[in-house]
Order: sequence, then structure tokens, then C-alpha cells
Amino acid sequence: MSDKKNSEGWSRRDVMKAAGAFSAAGAMPMFFSRGAWAAESFRNDPGNSATVKLGFNVPQTGAYADEGADELRAFKLAVKHLNGEGDGGLMNTMKPLSLKGNGILGKKVTYVTGDTQTKSDAARASAKRMIEKDGVLMFSGGSSSGVAIAVQSLAQEMGVIFMAGLTHSNDTTGKDKRRYGFRHFFNAKMSGAALGPVLKKEMGTERAAYHLTADYTWGWTQEESIKETTEGLGWKTVKTVRTPVGAGDFSQYITPILNSGADTLILNHYGKDMINSLTQAIQFGLKDKNVNGKTFEIIVPLYSRLMAQGAGKNLRGILGTTNWNWALKDAGSQAFVKSFGSEYGFPPSQAAHTCYVQTLLYANACEMAGTFYPPEVIKQLEGFKFDGMGNGATEYRAEDHQCFKDVLVVRGNENPTSQFDLLEIVQEVPRAQVEYDAKIFGGELGPYKV
Amino acid sequence: MDAIFLQILNGLDKGGAYALIALGLTLVFGTLGVVNFAHGALFMLGAFCSVSFYKLLTISKQVKDESITFFDAFKEQPYLEIWFGDYGTAIIDYAVPLSILFAIPVMLLIGLIMERGLIRHFYKRTHAEQILVTFGLAIVLQELIKSFFGANPIPMPPPDIVSGSAPIGALLGLSESVVYPWWRLIYLLFSGIIIASVFAFLNMTTYGMVVRAGMMDRETVGLLGIDVERRFTVVFGLAAVVTGLAGVMYAPILPPDYHMGMDFLVLSFVVVVVGGMGSLGGAVAAGFLLGILQSFASMNEIKAIFPGIDQIIIYLVAVVILLVRPRGLLGREGVMED
Repeated sequence: MSDKKNSEGWSRRDVMKAAGAFSAAGAMPMFFSRGAWAAESFRNDPGNSATVKLGFNVPQTGAYADEGADELRAFKLAVKHLNGEGDGGLMNTMKPLSLKGNGILGKKVTYVTGDTQTKSDAARASAKRMIEKDGVLMFSGGSSSGVAIAVQSLAQEMGVIFMAGLTHSNDTTGKDKRRYGFRHFFNAKMSGAALGPVLKKEMGTERAAYHLTADYTWGWTQEESIKETTEGLGWKTVKTVRTPVGAGDFSQYITPILNSGADTLILNHYGKDMINSLTQAIQFGLKDKNVNGKTFEIIVPLYSRLMAQGAGKNLRGILGTTNWNWALKDAGSQAFVKSFGSEYGFPPSQAAHTCYVQTLLYANACEMAGTFYPPEVIKQLEGFKFDGMGNGATEYRAEDHQCFKDVLVVRGNENPTSQFDLLEIVQEVPRAQVEYDAKIFGGELGPYKV
Repeated sequence: MDAIFLQILNGLDKGGAYALIALGLTLVFGTLGVVNFAHGALFMLGAFCSVSFYKLLTISKQVKDESITFFDAFKEQPYLEIWFGDYGTAIIDYAVPLSILFAIPVMLLIGLIMERGLIRHFYKRTHAEQILVTFGLAIVLQELIKSFFGANPIPMPPPDIVSGSAPIGALLGLSESVVYPWWRLIYLLFSGIIIASVFAFLNMTTYGMVVRAGMMDRETVGLLGIDVERRFTVVFGLAAVVTGLAGVMYAPILPPDYHMGMDFLVLSFVVVVVGGMGSLGGAVAAGFLLGILQSFASMNEIKAIFPGIDQIIIYLVAVVILLVRPRGLLGREGVMED
């Protein structure tokens, strides 16, 4: 074969060599970067920066400001521990653990804070600012399901992961679930499933229940779940009454209960509404009543210790559920209480616990993924099984991003031994008892790439 | 029948609070011509007078809490109990009614400072400017309370002896299941006494007559050599005391929180407008009327026919009354119309 050169001095062999070399050179970065997601561009990629920024969007004003303040304390503690400062908290007990105490993927963790005001529009505006102006990689926090659902859809639109704080509505990981939203906190369905056997044991199967329900997403789903549970036990539902959020004086809703034939009041209220409605129900003598030959009972399906402080003595003897309580004896809970208590001088609330755990879980997922690229971090969180975080063996279910773990049934403590000893743990309900099929609530997670 | 009776009581009770707040608001409207959006904050400050007094009574010795081993925590034992035993406990139990004695001078002082320090500088400004400045003041007061006491409601139980319910059904020949909290009955009685006292002060004392004359014709009263401004300042202080006492006694019904004043403010303005601007009797009548209507609208039987009516009834009635009687129930021509 001749090696004939063309007019520009290039032979056919030269052209083929050059083309081969060019192709190889072009393919080389692909070969070396296979599996390295840094090649994918994503919002707020920290690149070569020595730091990464997280956003903590909590209620700093409004009715849930105290709960928000406790969430913020927990977030700050989590950042401290992630950066290798302090006693390490739950990083000493979490299993499996990829965190090294050197930030996330070697980058020091910094944070910005925002005020949700427990209003959906304010929370979305604050989250948007964090994402667009402050460049956060992940945001977390909140004390309301309405807020969680609103910012979760923003997270999906903008491709930034949202690790929800306190949100108990079934809708958050049900019909309104999103690929970029994750909930560690339990939900109304799980509260109902946990409460059922305890109610049966303590109050029997022949009761007549009257519901007072906060008129928004969380109240509706809690009423639905608790009603399903109690009717499953054989209880009759006398009436379900929706009350405006922030009603203040509930007397006009409580007096009809007196002659309704109901022997049980279920308060689907949270925060200030719960404190007010419970205080007033007790003042109307409901707990001293005897109806249908039974002592009148009040149930508060969702409890928190901060709320218990506001309700004072009125809470004593009343059953409910919580996600976590500082009096738990497992190594994880004790490590967290010690760490938080040493830092702030009082034990953490369940809102603080869930926010702390969410921050660590996100950081751990980044370490596992080896990247901050959200779709890969999401894949690490989906189906992630872990232990040592205070609720026993836990799993982030891939189908709906709901964490499944043990649930606590608690009672307002009749004989508190300290100012913090407000809730007595009646039963640690095992995870298997509160699990349900992800399909029952519908909804679509949406795409990984946005 | 039982249900209707209970809703009337609820309405009177709620109306008592509305009437007391609206009475103070009308006094300020009528005398100084000021639209005071910080008036709800005075109700809140009154409630926090009882909280502060309770905290004063329960100043405690801190003892290490041995039940908490994870970190250093402390139990508190009030000095009153250490020093006086059961007597100390009894004094603490009566914190709410006793705090009335504490609230009267405190609220009077707050009222005078508010009027002399800020509001007097806005007498000749437009109503819009008055609203802006008093609304700003309300927010400042709210945030101050929040920074001291936190955002959570603070439980303020009534004395043990009146913490239960009165068997009024059995007493009045109705069903035995008809009961009503003792404290709410006390509140109803208390609001009646305060309203009667204010009217007695305005109608039966020379001071009150001068104030009423000043409300009708400030210039002429001034020409008689009477320092009307000074008297109106005292009236502002009086309005603060009336509203503050309404807050003190409401604390066991609604655990105080920093935002409770705003919840009552809008309703109280509606009460004043429905009653007739500047009309003290109108404010009281409208307070009770709207309280009762709100309670009836919350009955399940009514809500079954008109869903959501409980949340709009007050505004609906206000619209109807103002359409039929544009000056409100007892408003008079020429009053507050310039």
C-alpha cells in the first residue's frame, strides 16, 4: 500500500492517526471520570470551596417560636459535631457511619438561618432566599405540616434537598410527597397504629368519641387516622368538629360535648391550640365526668414536651404519642441528651432531636455517595437502614421517604420528679406495628433530575 | 335547651372580655380621638402582670436535681413555701386574684407613660399615622414580652377552690350534666363590676362629668378654665387599667402568650364600630351581643346549615348593622364624624 501524501503534506495514514488520537483524547475524561458525579452540574455545587453551607429554616417568630429555637439549638449542635467539635453526640452511636468529623466530604460545614413564621408563604420565601442568595446545599427545619408541604415542593422545583423538621401530617410523605423531601418524624397514621392497642387495653372497646380538630392538613389527616383506629377497636364516633386554627377560646366548641353522649374527647390540636383547648376542657370538668358508666377520658394523639409545659397540670394522666423523648434509655438517646444538656442546660425536645438526626443523615448520605450531587445523595438516603439514633432500628423507606422506627405512647406524668419529667413513657411500640403500605396515600415522588 | 343556655353563658363570658377591651378603646377614642392599635397589647400586658406577679411569688431556691444524671439540672423551691410553709403555698395558689392589686398601679403607670411619652405627640396627626405608630408600639411590646417570657403560652391556674365546675344545671332545674367553670362565672361577675364601676365613675363623680363634657365639647370645657388634657391623660391611664384587669382575670381561661392582644384587637374594633364610635354604652352592648352571636354560630346545629359561619358571623353582623344603622347601635350624629 502506497503512503501517498496529499497536497497539504498529509498522508491517509496521518489523517487516520490524528482522528484516532483525537477520539481517544476526547474519550479520556469520560473514562477517568466514570462514576464521578462532579461532572454533572447542579445547583449550589460547592466545587473547590473549603466550606459547604446548610440552611436551617425554623419558626423564629409566631406561635411555634420556642419549638423553632430548640430546633435551631439542635442544628447548631449538629454542625459542631460534623466539624469535629464537642463530644460528637450521636456520631458516637450511629451505625453505619460514614462521617469522619471533618465536615462533609472534607469541607467545613457552615449555615444560615431563616424564619418560617409558621406561614407557608413566608417559609417558601425564606427557603428561596437560602437557596438562591446563600447557596445552601440542603435545608431543614419547621414545625408545621402546611409549611413542610409548601417548602418541599419548592425543594423539588429547585433541586435542593429538604430534610423536614417537625411535620406529622400523612400528606407530607403521602399525597404531597416529593423526591427531594425526606421525613424522619413519624406521622398521624403511625400515631393511630401505636395508640390503638393501648387504648383498647386501658379504655376497652365500647367508647363514644368526640373529635375537635384543627382545620388544616395536619388536623384532617390526624382525625382520619385516629378515627380509623378507634372505629377499628369498635368505638363509635359521635361527632367530628373542625375548629379554626388559633381560636383561643374553645368554650363554644366544648360545651356541646357535655350533652353529646360522648365519653371520650380526642383533641386533634397542636401547640397553642392544644394548650388552650385542653386547659378549657379540664375547666369544664370533662375529666371529672362519668358518661355511659365510664370515666370521661381525653386523648391528645400528638404530644410534645414543650407543649406539655404550657398545659401544666392539665396534661396529667392524658394519653398521646411522641416521636422521641429525652427519658429513653438507649445509648443514642442518652448520648444526645448528654450532649445537648451539657451545651444548653436542659434536655432536648422531640423537634430538636428530629432536626439533629436529619442533619447528620444528610451529611452521612453525602459521604456515602462521595458527592453532593443531589440525585446520588437521594439514592443513598432511599432505603437507608441505620441504628443508634434514639429510635431503634430505623429505615428511610424508598417509596415515600418516610422513616419507619419505634413510636412512643406517652402519658402526662402524674408524679413528675423534675420540671422536665412531664411525660411518662407507657409503651415503646415496635416499628412493625406502625408500618403500612406506601400506596395507600397515593402521590408521586417525582424525578431525580430536575 | 341546655345547649342554648350554655351558649348564652359562653357568649356572655366572651362578651365580657370584648366589652371590657372595647370600653377602654372607646374611652380613648372619645376623649383623645386617637385610634389606638396598641390597645390589644394592654390586654396582653395585663395578663402578663399576673404571670409576673406569679413569678415574683415563686422566686425560688435552686436545688440540684439528683434525678437528672446526664447534665446539671436544678429543682426550684419557692422561698415563700420555705419560709411560710402551707401559708406560702396558699398565697401562691391565689396568685391570679392577688395580682389585681399589682396590676392596677402597673397598668396605670404604663398607660400614663404611653400617653405622655408617645401618643400625645400624634394627637394632631391623621388617623392613618396614629394607626401606624400605635400598631408599631403594639409589635414592640409584643416582642419585649416574647424576649422575657418566650413564645409558648404560660399556664396560670385559678385558685384550687374555684378550679372546677359549678353544677348550675342542678341548681337551676336543668340537666345535671349542665356545668360551667367557676372561674368563668367569676369572670362574668368581675366584668359586670368593672363596667358598672366605670359608668359610675363617669356619671356620678364631678371628675367623670368633666370628662364626659370634654368628650362632647372639648373647647367649651377648656374655656371654663379646666385642664381637659390632663384629665384625658388620666382617662387614658384608666382605660389601660380597665383593659389590663380584663387581661389579668382572663389568664386562667386563656394561658397568656405574647400574641393574645392581637387576637382580641380586631374583634374589639369591630365591637366599637358596631356599638357606635365614642358610645360607651354601645361598646358594652355590642360586646355582649357579638359574644353571644359568636357562641351560637359555633353550635353544631347552626354549622350544619351554614358551614364556617362561626368564623364570619361577627363581621357579617357588623356589615348588616352598619348598613341599617351607619352610626352603629348607639352612635350619635356628630360624634367622631369630623
